[in-house]
Amino acid sequence: MERIPILRMGSYLLVTIQVDMHDRLALTLQDDLTNRICELNAKGVLIDISSLEIVDSFIGRTLANIASMAKVLDAETVVVGMQPAVAITLVELGMSLPGIRTALNVESGMEYLRETVANHGASDDGDGTED
Amino acid sequence: MSKLLGAIQENRELVLEDWLRRLKAAVRRQDLVNDRELEFQIAELLSAITDVPAGTTFEDLTGAGWEPLKQLLAALSISRANLGFTPSETALFVLSLKPSLFTLARKNWGKDAAELFAEISVADDFVDKLALHTTDSYIHGRDQVIARQQEEMLELSTPVVTLWDGIVALPLIGTLDSARTQVVMESLLQAIVQTNSRIAIIDITGVPTVDTLVAQHLLKTITAARLMGAECILSGIRPQIAQTIVHLGINLEDVITKSKLSDAFRMALERSGRKVVRVEKSNGTGVAPTRSV
Repeated sequence: MERIPILRMGSYLLVTIQVDMHDRLALTLQDDLTNRICELNAKGVLIDISSLEIVDSFIGRTLANIASMAKVLDAETVVVGMQPAVAITLVELGMSLPGIRTALNVESGMEYLRETVANHGASDDGDGTED
Repeated sequence: MSKLLGAIQENRELVLEDWLRRLKAAVRRQDLVNDRELEFQIAELLSAITDVPAGTTFEDLTGAGWEPLKQLLAALSISRANLGFTPSETALFVLSLKPSLFTLARKNWGKDAAELFAEISVADDFVDKLALHTTDSYIHGRDQVIARQQEEMLELSTPVVTLWDGIVALPLIGTLDSARTQVVMESLLQAIVQTNSRIAIIDITGVPTVDTLVAQHLLKTITAARLMGAECILSGIRPQIAQTIVHLGINLEDVITKSKLSDAFRMALERSGRKVVRVEKSNGTGVAPTRSV
């Protein structure tokens, strides 16, 4: 069965969607990704959708769901490289995806993840890191 | 069947002269069309009337024989629309043929009242229909001019300018409607991708009024930009517009708003980790103030 690969980069997971998403594929991705986050104790998820050209309300909702699920599992999600046409479609569908962080490309997405995860780490460790 | 067409064909020169004389006496636009051109146009029209194939009648304007005449009139009125003639001037151009035909009818059948009346009513009907056709074509021509201008304005009115590396601005001028918003949104998003900009400033100084619809369009554009990973700053909000927005209950709380474009630019620079400082003059006496943004 067709699957979207989930790559591990340190404590982050990298998902690159390079095929047309259909409903079953989106659900499989949701399953796989939540499993992997738990398994690897990932701190951040980066989903690259720069090759995704067609999007419908279900895919949009699934993306939002994945982000919320990752949040519950204590991982930041950032969606990068959305095409203008996809963005317009989502807005016209009334899906502004308020819970999702977005970035222009993988580079700035990774930068954002590093920053936020580093900040989290710092606050978790408390005052011990200062000295 | 009317005998008038035959009479015109016989007295072509006479009708031409009479028509031209009446047309010159009626409203003239010397500034838009000169005498020679007018004579040429009249002659061409009259030829289209007289040179119809046999069997074509005045009563039936839908006949194939009148097609060249109609096309000629349509072309003429469209060109007149472009030149700036008024609709009545264009219609009068055709209507002035009527008295000439009446004169001809009176000359030929002046003795017989019944026949004269029949011929006149046929001529009247014919010329009226031609005038209507001319007016229709005129309006069609004007519509085309308006549509073309609208299109040009749409293209001209949505420039996306790069203010700095990674900062684009979209100065909006004029009313925002659905069609324009679509163009605005597309060009902004395209520019964000092309220039790899993280910050987009939408300046609405030139937008005369903001109602709920315009605000919705703006919010859509801002949301779409956010989905792509760019941040939008809305600037150029005038006091009246701020009042309207609050009175209408439009929620702009999730949007960064600034009153001036310069404020928005300052913030954009700040967000991208930049700072503007004034260069100290080398021969200056006083301490030049270093302004950080």
